[in-house]
Amino acid sequence: MTVTLKNGVLDPQGKAIEGALGSLGFSGVGQVRQGKVFDLELDGTDKAKAEADLKAMCEKLLANTVIENYTIAID
Amino acid sequence: MKSAVVQLPGLNRDRDMIAALTKISGKAPITIWQTETEIPDDVDLIVIPGGFSYGDYLRCGAIAARMPVMQAIKEKADKGVKVLGVCNGFQILVEAGMLPGALMRNTSLKFVCKEVKLEVVNADTDFTRAYAKGQIIRCPVAHHDGNYFVDPETLAGMEDRGEVVFRYAEGTNPNGSLSDIAGVMNRQGNVLGMMPHPENLIESAHGGSDGRGIFASALDVVAATA
Repeated sequence: MTVTLKNGVLDPQGKAIEGALGSLGFSGVGQVRQGKVFDLELDGTDKAKAEADLKAMCEKLLANTVIENYTIAID
Repeated sequence: MKSAVVQLPGLNRDRDMIAALTKISGKAPITIWQTETEIPDDVDLIVIPGGFSYGDYLRCGAIAARMPVMQAIKEKADKGVKVLGVCNGFQILVEAGMLPGALMRNTSLKFVCKEVKLEVVNADTDFTRAYAKGQIIRCPVAHHDGNYFVDPETLAGMEDRGEVVFRYAEGTNPNGSLSDIAGVMNRQGNVLGMMPHPENLIESAHGGSDGRGIFASALDVVAATA
């Protein structure tokens, strides 16, 4: 699961990273957003159930949906 | 008036809070541990103090907000019991969904520990009746994540209903908080969260007593301490 701040929510850490990238000479970098990645293993092979469980985990704990979006990838 | 202070691993302002409540009400608060699922019926004020519950892992207050004791506090709040969250306590209340919005990293990215000025925006609440509307008080802050955010529609409703209780005044906003918001309450008016630490400015040894009014109001002893 990847959790990032929603558009329109100021990301002070992303801004600082953007500035640091610029000072390292990487030009043309804009809109840096810092986020979190949760990598976990689940028992079972039912992909639909896994997706539902992961969504519930994001909603209940891993993301604060007031300020954050999340995406889920299963492989 | 009986008060209670919540204790969780990583909270470290509980002793200051117990001292403040004891000095102002004349009675020591009871303490409530994280695993407790029942809060005594005679408790009228529950205080969640500051600190770094669960190491601030994941997000400040996120883990604490999902502990059993918070469900018990939520049930009490629904019945009208007063709840005050200070600093990490405020972060826990927003994470628990008991107050709107979220508290994000300070725009400076730095931990700030200093004194600020607060405007009492709403003095007609159970937590601020000792003050006058518009009064400016001094108050210490000490936090890394006090940058209040809420979506514009929710904010407009909160402003209309007087739920923005404290604002940083005179250019002292230490964290980039939206609309200089320092403290907010819920719609019912019985749950207040604030980033500043009024418990650290209640007596001359602290260099002032500007924070006393919040406890005097919440403990219903305004007349006695005036």
